[in-house]
Amino acid sequence: MALDKAALAHIAALARIRVSEAELDPLAEELSRILSWVEQLNQVDTAGVKPMASVAATGLPMRGDEVSDGGRRDEILGSAPRTARGFFIVPKAVE
Amino acid sequence: MSDGSLLALSLAEARDGLVGKSFSARELALAYNDAIARAEPLNAYITPTPDRALAMADAADRRLARGEGLPLDGIPIAVKDLYCTKGVLTTAASHILDGFRPPYESTVTEKLWQAGAVMLGKTNLDEFAMGSSNMTSYYGPVENPWRRPGDNRPLVPGGSSGGSAAAVAARAALAATGTDTGGSIRQPASFCGIVGLKPSYGRCSRWGVVAFASSLDHPGPMTRTVRDAAIMLRTMAGHDPKDSTSAPLPVPDFEAALTGDVRGLRVGIPKEYRHDGMRVEIEAAWHDAGQWLREAGAEVVEITLPLTKHALPTYYIIAPAEASSNLARYDGVRFGLRVEADGLEDMYELTRAAGFGAEVRRRVLIGTYVLSAGYYEAYYLKAQRVRALIAREFAEAFKNVDCILTPIAPSAAFGIGEQSDDPVEMYLNDVFTVPASLAGVPAISVPVGLLEGLPIGVQIIGRAFDEETVLRVAGVLESVAQFQCLPSFLAGDRA
Repeated sequence: MALDKAALAHIAALARIRVSEAELDPLAEELSRILSWVEQLNQVDTAGVKPMASVAATGLPMRGDEVSDGGRRDEILGSAPRTARGFFIVPKAVE
Repeated sequence: MSDGSLLALSLAEARDGLVGKSFSARELALAYNDAIARAEPLNAYITPTPDRALAMADAADRRLARGEGLPLDGIPIAVKDLYCTKGVLTTAASHILDGFRPPYESTVTEKLWQAGAVMLGKTNLDEFAMGSSNMTSYYGPVENPWRRPGDNRPLVPGGSSGGSAAAVAARAALAATGTDTGGSIRQPASFCGIVGLKPSYGRCSRWGVVAFASSLDHPGPMTRTVRDAAIMLRTMAGHDPKDSTSAPLPVPDFEAALTGDVRGLRVGIPKEYRHDGMRVEIEAAWHDAGQWLREAGAEVVEITLPLTKHALPTYYIIAPAEASSNLARYDGVRFGLRVEADGLEDMYELTRAAGFGAEVRRRVLIGTYVLSAGYYEAYYLKAQRVRALIAREFAEAFKNVDCILTPIAPSAAFGIGEQSDDPVEMYLNDVFTVPASLAGVPAISVPVGLLEGLPIGVQIIGRAFDEETVLRVAGVLESVAQFQCLPSFLAGDRA
């Protein structure tokens, strides 16, 4: 399945990565080559096989619903590019 | 002891020398700090931490003087810059993590420091561990300390743990941590002539390791000897409640598994690993290794793993899918790089466009595509089904054999800039390492010979959580191979 320019633009928007107009065609071609290469998996008969998300044999471990950490607001905000008064600052998102 | 002879010691020898007070942890740390400075042209480190190394070495010396030495007291270790280290720049070799100093320490590095190890610094890697040559690092390529005889052109160290491999091989680290998602410990170990162990999935905690593909990421040791790998793994391993996939199993004394005795062990040679266009030297090294094990009393048998050729495309669907999800967190809001814009969506898109390199962008886009509506079933679930069959195929094989012997990579180290621009060509580097990654079983690379003067390793793959057999077999291969060739650049050599 070849990926065309419009499909690539859609994927890039979903991935929140700006791709310039000039890059769309070459990138679509490159990704199409990778996709046609992985399509060889269609040769494998997987009828009735359950998809494997992880090799970890255990189910999800459970723990008590107790607070074990916290109170680190300033440490966490310390890594952020922009903060003010204990908050992350982002560009205006509501008109 | 001179710097050169200190740097030549293995981890096991350094440990014994420190306990026997032949030298101090401070002397050892000073020798390595100097070596790192001399090895600077290799670009193996992104951030050396010499002051921290000396402070940690002094603390180790105080414990050793009191006779209260810890298992790794005074052992100088480099950390792949994918492990979060508290207060120390952690980059994942990506522009998007600019300036990130984590407020926490990864579980594996915390275990190493709790055991007395000394932190030398953070090593270079492919961006977000995505690559097989260390060429995708935002901080520039790493040079392999090896050169082809009579040819001074720089070679890649392999990847993604290329900085760790180059540092250990050049004696600019006694040992290092790596991570392996599709071969990122084993392939650079082979390219640099050292030992690299990918443990079983779940053996070492992933907590605090920058995530690439969560169901495939394996922290593990990179060392100069098999014994050193066993020593490192014992400290790095263990259950961690902070990683829900961490295995709640006891940690064996891996060093005790190195008995040198493989009599009666059944070793499988999978015929599907014979590859068209494989270099004759690689096939010969593989064959020799089988012969050595036979002579040591093992029973070597041919086996079949028919799905081998489908492992690589399976991996290149699952790993990008998981990466696209994991890398969604880099949004310019909470840490790292931010490109300012008037609107929130523009800020996200411009930050991620500027912050991710070409290979990371490629994989995030592929991953987004295979997870998107309409393609999820055809690509992602299909790959997960093939993965289930590959894991089953290994489980079946291990009913008949105790371990599997294969090559590590189709080639030895190649030149910086020599490789193809075609991503699929680059992905073929992982053809022999990816199957064990998908199955989550332990696998080691051990150097056994040379190809045109460059090191090549072979791989031992074992049953899940049977690192002991893997290490035992690797130990026998190491002692027969007597691989004592050294790279052309050694940081201990004074000009």
